[in-house]
Amino acid sequence: MSSMSVSLPRPQPWVLPSRGVVGMCCLIAAESAIFTIFVIAYLFYIGKSVTGPQPENVLRVPIFFTVCLLSSSATIHIAVRQLHDGKERMFALWWLLTLILGALFLGGTALEWRRLIYDEGLTISTNLFGTTYYSLVGLHAFHVTVGLIALTSVAAFTALRLIKREHAGRLHVLSMYWHFVDAVWVVVFTVVYLIGR
Amino acid sequence: MSTGLIAWDTATPARAPLVETLHEWVTTVDHKRLGIMYVLYGLVLLMAGGVEATIMRIQLIRPLNHFVSPQVFNRMFTMHGTTMIFFVAMPMVFGFATYLVPLMIGARDMAFPRLNAFSFWMTAFGGLLLYSSFIGGDGLYGAGNAPDVGWFAYAPLTSRTFSVGHSTDFWTLSLLVSSVGSIGTAVNIIATVICMRCPGMTLGKMPLFAWLNIVMAGVAILAVSPLSAAQLMLMVDRYLGGHFFDTQAGGSAVMWMHFFWVFGHPEVYVLVIPAFAFASEIIPVFSRKAIFGYPVMVAATIGIGFISMSVWAHHMFTVGMPSNGNTFFVLSTMAIAVPTGIKIFNWLGTMWGGKIQFKTPMLFCVAFLFQFLIAGLTGVMLAVAPFNWQVSASYFVIAHFHYVIVGGILFNIFGAFYYWFPKVTGRMYDERLGQLHFWLFVIGFHVTFTLMHIPGILGMPRRIYTYEPGRGWDAWNLLVSIGAFIQALGILVFVGNLAWSYFRGKLAGSDPWDAWTLEWSISSPPPDYNFATIPEVRSRRPLWDLKHPEDPDWKYE
Repeated sequence: MSSMSVSLPRPQPWVLPSRGVVGMCCLIAAESAIFTIFVIAYLFYIGKSVTGPQPENVLRVPIFFTVCLLSSSATIHIAVRQLHDGKERMFALWWLLTLILGALFLGGTALEWRRLIYDEGLTISTNLFGTTYYSLVGLHAFHVTVGLIALTSVAAFTALRLIKREHAGRLHVLSMYWHFVDAVWVVVFTVVYLIGR
Repeated sequence: MSTGLIAWDTATPARAPLVETLHEWVTTVDHKRLGIMYVLYGLVLLMAGGVEATIMRIQLIRPLNHFVSPQVFNRMFTMHGTTMIFFVAMPMVFGFATYLVPLMIGARDMAFPRLNAFSFWMTAFGGLLLYSSFIGGDGLYGAGNAPDVGWFAYAPLTSRTFSVGHSTDFWTLSLLVSSVGSIGTAVNIIATVICMRCPGMTLGKMPLFAWLNIVMAGVAILAVSPLSAAQLMLMVDRYLGGHFFDTQAGGSAVMWMHFFWVFGHPEVYVLVIPAFAFASEIIPVFSRKAIFGYPVMVAATIGIGFISMSVWAHHMFTVGMPSNGNTFFVLSTMAIAVPTGIKIFNWLGTMWGGKIQFKTPMLFCVAFLFQFLIAGLTGVMLAVAPFNWQVSASYFVIAHFHYVIVGGILFNIFGAFYYWFPKVTGRMYDERLGQLHFWLFVIGFHVTFTLMHIPGILGMPRRIYTYEPGRGWDAWNLLVSIGAFIQALGILVFVGNLAWSYFRGKLAGSDPWDAWTLEWSISSPPPDYNFATIPEVRSRRPLWDLKHPEDPDWKYE
């Protein structure tokens, strides 16, 4: 077979997609399916709670924390771009900013839950609204937490000066996950705070 | 150099100590070992699920029988269904995919070997968890051990009120754990097929096996994830006092049905598409012809993948959906028969004019063609909502889906076992025992499941633990049970054949079937690294090109 290919014109170089990117796309598809089910449940159960509190009485739109999370998508993109260009210090700064913005968002969720539980008396077992609200927002917060753990470990490696330019591809895969978490928040925000209120 | 290597190999026949061998298998990330473990795991649980089925058939062999109590009967059908779908069929098709896909596309391993090991162990421990319920399901309540809510676990049976103790918790947790494994393997298969193909293997030159498995993995990702979501909701209900499926607090039991079947129906295709993949490799080789209509085959598979996502509520016609909903699901369910029919014609077209060799793998695939056709026909009958209202939840439905899962999927899995056994073990199976297995199983299958349609038409509901004499069901149930025993005998012959051939079978050589895909180009069993040099392919049948340089395939493709 090899002797045959000698007589042939030189073939195109054989390049296939990065397995990290493909794997992450598949994971995102799976996660999207999970979120879809929770979102459908949320939409279906709007207004079906037989007891209070109802969402229009207790929910406040978390605009500041939403801005934090959505802008962290931009900062992580810039961070990976900086690393790709070999500017490791700038990468570290933008990465840290992403981490802070993500942590702020999670803190915002924590504060909101604290208010709802202690001031409004809404828990996951209070009524159907509580069940769907804490499940959907909690599922998202869980994904933010997983993302923050990943971001923090990269930050730790950066502090140890272990993150080099050649890791830009891997961090790009991680940033895809973070973009996904942000995109899901757009859906959750729309469903919970705009449609459901 | 190569001769030196071989001499070194044969000079050290001393076996590694058992602990070391076990350690190697437990810590392995090699796709071949994980594939073997997946398949063996499926085989072990096939025995467990088979014992449960046999217990049910003994109980139903005559009217008013008292072999087991109603409670035990409920546990048996729940465990049988859950085991066979999640811990037999899934591990087996995933096992064949993990073992064969890298070999067929000329890769040295899967895209993510450690994810592969992780996924296997998640699936394995999921099954272990399910069977631990026999010990731990009692909880503090002494309220029955193994799950008894049926394999689709409709609400409100699963609520704390109606399912005290922990049996339902075992059920839901074990499915969640194994679902994580299934999603991991599905992601891995897609990444492997897209990113690990050897030079020259464009998407249009992949073996159909790889094509069908990537579609299966796509369907698995979109089907298993909703199941995980539904299990999470059930856990919120059971552990945290949530109200998702609590109708008294405004929740909906029908939501669970939708969430379960939006997984449940695509799941059938997750299992049957790999079975199609086996047929698409075995039928051409034993017809001595290239597959007929390769591009149409790919298109039909993708079509099945898409349509399978939009048919789930045909499991729910009797729930009482609006007539628009009924109409949609009737039509989409009938539509899926079209690409499936295309496939059957393609396999027939492959056999047409071929020099057919009726070796054991081919026998199973030919039986599959007949049985899957009939399964599809009763499927179209059940897709008609008014007919469905008459026979839903009767033994007619049981007969239909066992025709799909046993007559379609399991027959092809057996075919795949015999076809790739020489590659995996390096030894031939015993052809006479293989044919004995085939005939026992095909007779047992038809006595059980062909006849089972009749008590269904006569009105026998599923999941009843006994029945009164004189309803016209007695003789049919006796025959159905006898068929089950014949099948069990066939399985024993099968396992005996595998075990005997593993130790005593004739050496197979690298290519016993004169086949055409890359896995047959390397030694049997394949070396750890699969390919010493990564191959380069120019057509869909690289080994044909190699064996027939005067008339290679790539001139015509």
